[in-house]
Amino acid sequence: MATKKNLMANTEHVKLLGFWASPFSLRVEWALKLKGVDYEYIEEDIFNKSSQLLELNPVHKLVPVFVHGEKVIAESFVILEYIDETWKQCPLMPQDPHERAMTRFWTKFAEEKILFGAWKSMCSLGEEKEKAAKLTVDAVEKIEEELKGKRFFGGESIGYLDIAVGWMSYWLPIWEEVGSMKILDPLQFPALTSWMKNFLEHPVIKENLPPRDKMIIYFQKRSQELSSRPRG
Amino acid sequence: MSNEDLLLLDFWVSPFCMRVKIALAEKGLSYESKEEDLFGGKSELLLKSNPIYQKVPVLLHNGKPLNESAIIVGYIDEKWPSPPLLPACAYGRSQARFWADYIDKKLFDAACTVWRSPGEAVEVAKKDFIEVLKVLEEALGENNFFGGETFGFVDIVAIPMAFWFYASEKFGNFTVEEECPKLSAWIKRSMQRESVAKVLPDPEKVYDFVIMFRKMQGIE
Repeated sequence: MATKKNLMANTEHVKLLGFWASPFSLRVEWALKLKGVDYEYIEEDIFNKSSQLLELNPVHKLVPVFVHGEKVIAESFVILEYIDETWKQCPLMPQDPHERAMTRFWTKFAEEKILFGAWKSMCSLGEEKEKAAKLTVDAVEKIEEELKGKRFFGGESIGYLDIAVGWMSYWLPIWEEVGSMKILDPLQFPALTSWMKNFLEHPVIKENLPPRDKMIIYFQKRSQELSSRPRG
Repeated sequence: MSNEDLLLLDFWVSPFCMRVKIALAEKGLSYESKEEDLFGGKSELLLKSNPIYQKVPVLLHNGKPLNESAIIVGYIDEKWPSPPLLPACAYGRSQARFWADYIDKKLFDAACTVWRSPGEAVEVAKKDFIEVLKVLEEALGENNFFGGETFGFVDIVAIPMAFWFYASEKFGNFTVEEECPKLSAWIKRSMQRESVAKVLPDPEKVYDFVIMFRKMQGIE
């Protein structure tokens, strides 16, 4: 149903500055593709940031940065909510205020405890790696409970939380391989294992994943750089 | 408001609890408040209502718990839309969310690091804190509030942090007023609002709390 506002939104140019291997960048692309929004994609070299990026996101100097007409928005979750409010087709957030609060809660939790936990585990060594992995597994247990019985976190179809934690289905197994740690045990997390399969098989998602072999090489290099430290 | 059972699990000095109290006051909502003894022993209700973080604030609405202060404020705004705390347009809302996120990630930590840093590390911490304040001052611009002409979501998220600044100022030996006069004016303006004035604790009491906390943590 094309309202006047939707039509107006459709005429302004949409641009996304991203990085091919970034889970933060891809989650924005998934939302745009699910809603069928056309956009210009600009690949940023995050190790040699463009003046455009620094100008558009002077506070954090990070991708993704989303540009809609004259409007510039940074921070992936802020961008996701803007996209959902601007393009009403394929709604991602639930309507009920309590459910919305819970969605935002789990989104924040997963980002802080699972994404950064897994990243830390991948990039550290020995005891530090194991400790970070254990904390991450504890956090994954909570998300598993949240999912039980449902095909997606959003219910029968993909919703906001699926997009927010979608990185787990693809980045996490790669980080496990690169970092030689085990977080997603299928026996321990049957609901999540099933969800990962459903998520990756979704026609929009499976067409919008970065190539696995390139990802392995890239994250191997990154984790080596970050974990190599002079030994005292 | 009848048929609305609101209970806040609170801690008097917590700026995060303060956000929720200000939001409830802005909406004219009455609620019950239960002071938690965070050092003595957290209540059963707190541990049950926030099993993941076991932190305050928790807002129970008709028995259903909500956690994380900025998320609770967002809930209050959506459940009781008048007067609105967020702008009407999607872009305005995105800017508010961006700054609330920045404040959450940077401000409290930077302020506390000043009084948490031993000896000479204070100077570095002070510099970092002032940098964060200057970013916020630039975001405020010539507006009366972060919400523009009206007090809103970002103001609510930020202002409780301000009553902790006194401790940073004393340990860092500087004043926010000198470094960021516009931000300082915003602080004074916001503290005059009834919803803020009636819930803010005495900065001297907060300072005493910080002294006690430092001792507990063994910081010299």
